[in-house]
Amino acid sequence: MHAGQLDALVDAADGGDGVDFDGLRAGRDGDAFQFRTPHTERADLSEAEFREVAESNPWYVSNWFYWTREVGPEAGAADDEDRHTAIRDGSNARRAFLRWAERADDHGVPERYEALADGVTREWGQLCVTATVGDHGERRYHLRHVADADADADLSSLDVYAAPHEARSIVTYDEKGRYRPLKTAPTLRDGWAFPDLDGRSLVETVDVVYPATIPNWYREREGCLDVTHWDETAERQTGIYDIVDELDEEAVEWIAESCCVDSQCLKRRMWDADEETELDTDRGDGVFPCREPCSLVVAAARKWTTLEREESRTYEFELTPSEKEQVEEIIDAVAEGRTDEIREADVYEGANRYRARFLRAKQFDDEGNLSGTPTGDE
Amino acid sequence: MQALVIVAHGSHLNPDSSAPTYDHADTIRDVDAFDEVKTGFWKEEPSLREVLRTVESDEVFVVPMFISEGYFTEQVIPRELRLDGWDVSEWDSDGLSASHATLTASDTNQRVHYCGPVGTHESMTDVLVRRAESVTGDPTVGTGFGLAVVGHGTERNENSAKAIEYHADRIREMDRFDEVQALYMDEEPEVDDVADYFESEDVVVVPLFIADGFHTQEDIPEDMGLTDDYRTGYDVPAEVDGHRIWYAGAVGTESLMADVVLERAAEAGADVGDAVEVVRKRTRGSPAAGD
Repeated sequence: MHAGQLDALVDAADGGDGVDFDGLRAGRDGDAFQFRTPHTERADLSEAEFREVAESNPWYVSNWFYWTREVGPEAGAADDEDRHTAIRDGSNARRAFLRWAERADDHGVPERYEALADGVTREWGQLCVTATVGDHGERRYHLRHVADADADADLSSLDVYAAPHEARSIVTYDEKGRYRPLKTAPTLRDGWAFPDLDGRSLVETVDVVYPATIPNWYREREGCLDVTHWDETAERQTGIYDIVDELDEEAVEWIAESCCVDSQCLKRRMWDADEETELDTDRGDGVFPCREPCSLVVAAARKWTTLEREESRTYEFELTPSEKEQVEEIIDAVAEGRTDEIREADVYEGANRYRARFLRAKQFDDEGNLSGTPTGDE
Repeated sequence: MQALVIVAHGSHLNPDSSAPTYDHADTIRDVDAFDEVKTGFWKEEPSLREVLRTVESDEVFVVPMFISEGYFTEQVIPRELRLDGWDVSEWDSDGLSASHATLTASDTNQRVHYCGPVGTHESMTDVLVRRAESVTGDPTVGTGFGLAVVGHGTERNENSAKAIEYHADRIREMDRFDEVQALYMDEEPEVDDVADYFESEDVVVVPLFIADGFHTQEDIPEDMGLTDDYRTGYDVPAEVDGHRIWYAGAVGTESLMADVVLERAAEAGADVGDAVEVVRKRTRGSPAAGD
């Protein structure tokens, strides 16, 4: 605690409704000040006595100062109409996230300060946020990949960054150097750290890594997450995406199963086919919600809409049982992104490259037709 | 508090598509003209549907990183941002003159000053010329040079060609280059025949595109005969039919573009102080963004 914080508390206790925050209550009755915490109760204090009591409870004072003066006070609760139609929640979402980071809703000030001295760590997707407290109650935040969570405090093995927007260089490509069009794909690369962020820059950095996840998580906590289900999103589309509303409910299920599960995206799917029709696919375990089919899903759905317009035909292929199983293994390995894991010489794996090349050599004709069977109607 | 939100197309396939938008946002963030500077995309995140939620300010200036008025600026962006009561007539535009309209975003209750696209702003002419300076390395380039402004061109949207003609006319009026020509990928006069349209030996070719991608990096260089295969690259300048073609790539990657974004917001009422001059000074001579 520093003198400026104490002065600010005296001013706040002196005016209006006084102070009532995180267990600290301070105010004035006539000429006398009061100071209360869960462990201290003093009334009839002169200003000098009030200052003395406050000084012996520095954590409460600096905690109050940090949350109300540095992070900013909580904006008034939206009225009911606002709550259901529109909310302007930016600063409240930031505040709620920072309080979540140090488990402020679970622990009182002394327990929290003791925990913050060692660092309180929480996971946000593949991010690991550690909150700590300085001499005057100022919070500092450390951000790194969960895979690096155990790498002690040693930063020498990590690339160290300071400014939020530098995170773009981390999120754009995966560890194989491929472009990541979906920021919440579980492919965030590790080996980096933002070791010293203030609250605002922590939130900005998280917003670069997982855009808009904080405001949506906040709305969900407040019970006012607006979910736009598949049918509404599909009907809203125009131009080349106009056709996606043709997909039937079963195909929408397949979309969720293919794109919106934990192995593909860390958001927890909250949308369904429509308000009445829940999809069977698991919603996922992500800490932040997905409130609407994203642009990747809509773009993929456009392709599937054109594919689903085709009538099925009967083809006749001659495959050995092992070859049929091999085709299934290849599809499975591609769908799960496992092809890189299959060892060069492991011909026991159906999706091994040599096995696939053998099947192609044996079963494809010069035009690339399986079993020499043409695809078209001719 | 006032925020700037730059909205752009973005891509699921190519990170270069959003790179200039990020670069210009960084330039503007650095001059502290806004409390917040955010970006939102049609194909990337945050999506246009959610970008306003990431903004704390009550006053939001939205500037589209698009070349022309049309489907995206008139339908997609206002719809996805949930700009209550939007009607394209609010812009009262002839296809080139959209300035701004003020609406409420029904999702967040913010006051949104929705601006016309960067591509049709008069300052874009300066960026095209600056691009010619950057690519030739000559701040006085003009005499002895021809300049081609290249657009996509499409029969589906007449505004697409209007922006190209507009800037070509304005550069012509500067009387700086010996010749100025508007050329297109998909309509006449075509960029394929660039050499036929110029007498000058040296010709600077600047595509009026936001980002470098398939068209500016692959199609146009091959169509003009700078290279047989874009993967092998090309020289700047490259010899084509007796002309030296100075191919500049997408104008949107020029760092001076940040100035156009700022001017759009300022004309919509944003208090940007002397940021326009500061950006002009800072981006002068600095390497082009995205290069």
